[in-house]
Amino acid sequence: MTAAITYTTDATLQTLDSAAHLALYRVMLIIRRTEEQLARAHQGGFIPGACHTYIGEEAVATGVCAHLRHEDAVFSTHRGHGHALAKGVTPREVAAELFGRVTGVSRGRGGSMHLFSPEVGMMGTSGIVGPCILQATGAGYTYKLLGQDRVGVAFFGDGAVNNGAFHEGLNLAAIYGLPTLFICENNMYATEVAFSYATRNTEVASRGAAYGIPAVAVDGNDVLSVYEAAGEAVKRARGGGGPTLIECKTYRTRPHAEGMRDAGYRTADEVDSWKARDPISSYRARLIEANRAAEADLAAIDAEVKALAEDAIEFAKNSPYPDAATATKYIYSE
Amino acid sequence: MREITFTVAAREALDEAMSADPRIFVVGEGIGPRGGNFNTTLGFYEKYGPMRACDTPISERGFVGMCAGAAMTGSRPVVDFMFFDFILDSMGELINQIAKMQYMSSGRLKMPLVLRGAIGIGNSSATHHSGNYYPIFAHLPGIRVVVPYSPYDAKGLFRTALRGDDPVLFLEHKSLLNMKGPVPEGEYTIPFGKANILREGTQATVVSLAFMLKRTAEVCEKLASEGISIELIDPRTVNPLDVDTVLESVKKTGRLLIVDETFAPCGIGAEIAAQVMERGFDDLDAPVARLNGVHTPTPYSPPLEAAVVPDAVAIERAIRDLLAE
Repeated sequence: MTAAITYTTDATLQTLDSAAHLALYRVMLIIRRTEEQLARAHQGGFIPGACHTYIGEEAVATGVCAHLRHEDAVFSTHRGHGHALAKGVTPREVAAELFGRVTGVSRGRGGSMHLFSPEVGMMGTSGIVGPCILQATGAGYTYKLLGQDRVGVAFFGDGAVNNGAFHEGLNLAAIYGLPTLFICENNMYATEVAFSYATRNTEVASRGAAYGIPAVAVDGNDVLSVYEAAGEAVKRARGGGGPTLIECKTYRTRPHAEGMRDAGYRTADEVDSWKARDPISSYRARLIEANRAAEADLAAIDAEVKALAEDAIEFAKNSPYPDAATATKYIYSE
Repeated sequence: MREITFTVAAREALDEAMSADPRIFVVGEGIGPRGGNFNTTLGFYEKYGPMRACDTPISERGFVGMCAGAAMTGSRPVVDFMFFDFILDSMGELINQIAKMQYMSSGRLKMPLVLRGAIGIGNSSATHHSGNYYPIFAHLPGIRVVVPYSPYDAKGLFRTALRGDDPVLFLEHKSLLNMKGPVPEGEYTIPFGKANILREGTQATVVSLAFMLKRTAEVCEKLASEGISIELIDPRTVNPLDVDTVLESVKKTGRLLIVDETFAPCGIGAEIAAQVMERGFDDLDAPVARLNGVHTPTPYSPPLEAAVVPDAVAIERAIRDLLAE
C-alpha cells in the first residue's frame, strides 16, 4: 500500500546550501523530540488534557514554514504542535501549555488544541475541524486589502476536505484571488475513519480544479518535495497570483490522540510500512549519502535538540499554574 | 435637528467610519453595486471599490469564517447578512471561533468584527426571514449584542461597534428601518451597556426593545392621558445588559414588566427578572411580569403572524394587570 519516498527533488537537494538543509533537519527533529517527550509526559500524568501528536508528519510543517516570515499567518488544527514549532513557537512554550502552566504559549487557556502565538504568526490551532481554512482565507483578504506582502496558510487534514469549510474557503480565496496556501496533510484517516471510506475521490489535489486554483500533490514524507511545492505557492501568493492547494500525502504513526486505542481501523503492517518511510531518518540518510551535510553537524543537532526537548519538559514541570483569579480575563478587549 | 431614517443613520455611521479607516470593509450578498437589499451600502461600491464593498457568494459560513481571519490579522470587517436569520449557517464560526478568540489567545488577538442584519416579525416575511435571536447570543461570553431602537441610537451604537475591538452583533428590526428621527451630523458614539430612559414615570417600569418599544411607547402615551405614569426603558444592548438602570427605576416604581417580541423561555425578560429579584427584591411591590411573542416559528399569513406578536391591546392589558397587582 505504501511505496518508497518519491524523491522528485534532486535539484533542490543540490541547490539548497548545507545550512539550509541542516535548518530543515533541525526543525523536523525539534518537532519529533518535543512530541516524544510530550507523549511520555502524557503517559506520566503531567498533561491534564488531550495530546494529538504529529509524529510522522513533520516534513509538512517544516517544508512549508521554511518559506514563511513571522508576519505571515498560520492557522492550524487539533494536530498542531508541529505547525507551532515550525512557525517559531519554542518547545518550552508548547510543553508548558500542555502542562496547563502560565508560561504556556496560550498562558494555560488552551492546551494542545489551542496554541496561540500571534507574535510569531501562529494564529491558533483549533479543536474544530475546518475553521482554519476560512481564517487563512481571511488573512489573505486582509493582506490583499491593505496591500501587504504577507500570506495566510491553513494546515488541515484529509478529514477537513469533506467539510463545508473546505469548499467555501477555497472558493472564496479563488474568486478574490487571495494570497493563501491550503496545505492538506492527507494522513488517510479522519480520527479513525478512513479517507477512502469518507469520499469517492481520495485525490485531494484533484479538487483544486473545482475552484479553478492551482493544486499539486506531493510526498508529504519528503521535506524537500514539500519545500519545493510550498516555495512555488508562496511565490505565487506574494506575487498576486492567488491561492494554491497542496496535498501532502503522509501518515501519523501514533494513535489519533495519546492514550487512545489504536486498533480496529488500520493494521500494524501498515503502520510499520510508514515508519520505514520516516521523514527524518530518511532525510538524514539522504543528506549524508548526497554529501550535503556532515555526520558531525547532524550529530551535533541531534544532541542539541534532545537537550532542548528535555529542557522544555523540565521548564513546564517547574512553571507555575495560572492564577485562578484570572479565569475571566480577556473575554473582551481591554 | 434634521430627521433621517434608521437605515440612513446607520449607513452614515458606516460611511463616516470607512472614510476615516481604510481597514474597514463590508461583505455580504448584494451589498456591492446593488447597495444592499436594505440600502445599507448604497453608493459604497462606487466610493470604496469592490474589496471594501464586497459581494459574496451565498456562503455564510465561509465569509463569516473568512472575516474572523481578517479581523485577527489587522483589518476590520463588517458582515452584512441582509436578514439576520442567515447567520445561523455560520454559528460554529461565531460561537466557537469569533466569540472565543480573544480569550483563547489571552488577549493577544483582537476580533474587531461587526455582524449586522435585519431581525423581527412583520410583512409576512415568514419564518426564515423573521427571527430575533438576540437572547441566544446574549447567552454567550465574548460577543456584544446591540438592538437599537431610534435612528439616533442606530448611528451612535454602530459607530461604537466600529471603533471597538470586540465582535458585535448589530440587529436592526425591519419595522424600524424606515422610521425617522433626529440625528446629528458627524461622529458621536453611544456606549454599550447604558440603557436609555424613553419616558420617565412613577407607577411602573416597563423594559422593552426594538420595535416593541414603539408600540409600548404609544400605549404609555395613551395611559398618560388617564394619569397613569409609566417609566419606559430601552436597554439598547443585551450584552452588556444594563440592569442597574432598571433597578434604579424599580426602586421608584416597585413594579416591572418586560415587553419583548421574541420568546419568553430563557429570554431577556427572564434574565432581567432574575437579576431584579436577586438584587432588588425588597423594592418590588408585585411579581415581575413578562409579555412575549408566542414560542413558535413565525407563520406567514397576516392573521397568524399578528397572533404571535404582542399588540397594543395586549401591552395595555399587561400594564394594567401589573398596576392592579
